[in-house]
Amino acid sequence: MKSIFFHLQGYRELPDDFRERYESIWATAPNKELCDPRKVHQYLNWNIDELELADDLGFDGIGVNEHHSNGYSFSGSPNLAASILARKKSDAAIMVLGNTLVQYNPPTRVAEELATLDCMSGGRIIAGMPVGSPMDTTIVHGITPTEVRSRYFEAHDLIKRAWTESGPFPFNGKYNKLRYVNPWPQPYQQDPHPPIWLGGGGSPETWKFATDNDYVYTYLSWGGHKYGKQLMDGFWQTVEQAGLDDNPYRAGFAQVVVVADTDAEAEKIYMPHIRDFYDKAMYVAPHHAFVPGYFKKAALQSFLGKPGQSKKNAPFGVPAGRDMTWKQHVEEDAMVIGGSPATVVDKLTAAVKSLRVGHLMVILQLSTMTREQTERNIRLFAEQVMPKISHIWDGHGYQDHWWPTGATRNSDLSVPQSGATTEVSA
Amino acid sequence: MSTFTPVSVPLPGGFANNTVLVGGDGTPVVFLHGLFGQSWEGFLEDLAAGHKVYAPASPGSAEPEDLVHLDHLWDLLLYYHDLFEQLGLEKFDIVGHSFGGMVAAEFAAVYPDRVRKLVLIDALGLWRDDAPVRDHVIVPGHELPGLLYHDLEHPAVAAIVAGMQDPTADIDATIAVFSTIASTSHFIWPIAERGLAKRLRRIKAETLVLWGAEDKLVPPVYAQDLAAGIAGAEVELVERAGHVPQLERREEVAARIAKFLA
Repeated sequence: MKSIFFHLQGYRELPDDFRERYESIWATAPNKELCDPRKVHQYLNWNIDELELADDLGFDGIGVNEHHSNGYSFSGSPNLAASILARKKSDAAIMVLGNTLVQYNPPTRVAEELATLDCMSGGRIIAGMPVGSPMDTTIVHGITPTEVRSRYFEAHDLIKRAWTESGPFPFNGKYNKLRYVNPWPQPYQQDPHPPIWLGGGGSPETWKFATDNDYVYTYLSWGGHKYGKQLMDGFWQTVEQAGLDDNPYRAGFAQVVVVADTDAEAEKIYMPHIRDFYDKAMYVAPHHAFVPGYFKKAALQSFLGKPGQSKKNAPFGVPAGRDMTWKQHVEEDAMVIGGSPATVVDKLTAAVKSLRVGHLMVILQLSTMTREQTERNIRLFAEQVMPKISHIWDGHGYQDHWWPTGATRNSDLSVPQSGATTEVSA
Repeated sequence: MSTFTPVSVPLPGGFANNTVLVGGDGTPVVFLHGLFGQSWEGFLEDLAAGHKVYAPASPGSAEPEDLVHLDHLWDLLLYYHDLFEQLGLEKFDIVGHSFGGMVAAEFAAVYPDRVRKLVLIDALGLWRDDAPVRDHVIVPGHELPGLLYHDLEHPAVAAIVAGMQDPTADIDATIAVFSTIASTSHFIWPIAERGLAKRLRRIKAETLVLWGAEDKLVPPVYAQDLAAGIAGAEVELVERAGHVPQLERREEVAARIAKFLA
């Protein structure tokens, strides 16, 4: 099982009365009022420090995300942070998740930048290609809601062809008319291109796209593994219907994890941050999250029909965090996995097996956690949790076909039985 | 009083049939609805007192797949061109409200010889930085009524608002509302301006620009701008009305239009 340190790159100090003063964490939270460039200077450096620390501590991969005009994550282009990480000599994978393809015009820009990162890093790039959220695509970037998916599919086809066909060639799309597609450079990974991972929130259409193309599907959940279970089950059903094998490396799952020496200490240190995170970061206005035309009828039915979902500012099934207790967060809803290393190992092992995921994207930094608290969490996870969960899928004969060929770290662990190591040779 | 009949009109090009509300007798008038779909049959009845009224549905609201074949406003104009041909309409009056007003003005600019008289009610289509048209999609449900209407106590307004905020509305009803908003957004997201200002000069139809004096969504300054661009256009502001004056001041608006179209 592979662990990826996934950094949200958010703003670390938002006012306590955020919910009272603003309508959403995303798109309309006023920048001049809330986002101080001098603080951002600090945060951006901390983000890279934390990502590089995770690299040094032996995570299989490190990951960056993409969101825009957003308090819990305003990474903008994920390629910017990734380019800094790519420069460091390492054998860890770099998961870039974005790029939100529809926001780049023409999308050959994404083909170029990811190929550049792949060359810079020596073939360590995972090319994330999420459809994106309504907030990022339709509100911040002005993409017509009814066109997001068709633009996405076209951009995906263009990028894939740009990576695999000899240039120059013409591309006559509905949205992109290019006479000369010929990006320099081509990706370092040429067999046939960097692994493509999708990110989703449970749209059946995205599961189908993943299985049609044999891509990794990652569920970007804030609701935790209990909530994610029904959705990952939907993905695995789609896999089965497609006649594909049940290799857990087809899937990834994002999970918030907090570790301390004991369960009690974890509650004491992290509870204020968890409360803050779910109170502010997950505060997304419903009229932002459900833009008419963005979701197809079937997806809308599946979201709106979910039982027990609060309709008021909790579009992801996550209630306001302010009043929730550790017990609710960690035990009842299991949005967060937290406690002593032993507790965390037990719970993660159960969650990973239940969801059947080979790639755990672990979120160890919540907005208000200090640089020191974050480092401690990263270290405890790397040193006392990771070694005990890395073998979960060993012995079943599964190989990770979706891992970048240049990311050779722990490659001997991926193929424990056959001894065949050619899969990961660069 | 006339009665409207929904007529299912087949279209070429693989589109679903358009359900056109047809009623009344007299010279033909096409009514193009606003952002939120076909409605206000009451006002349609008024129009039908002296005319044969045709009120099509903007494509895509009933059948979202139609939008796949309608890439932009120009495809929409061709769609209407085909629809009017199917209805046997050669030269006719158009009354367009809001989004429908934008489509009506664009149609009259592209096909200046097809439109006899043109009525634009609180029409979209223009933009000015000093009085931005407000967003009707990314807005909290409880703020939308205040954006659309002047008098929330008005019985017709209150009835609509109650429907909008009905917590017991089932999922299918919610999805229908979403589809309708999506179908008009498809052509105008995120700003309802596609160069109409430079085409207004082509409009030959005698034009009346009617506007709710209290329209917060599309401020009345746009009435002046539209009229300034269309030769000979008259402007009339409707007092104590917001974005939907034909609802809030139905009698007055209907009488004014009847007089203009006579």
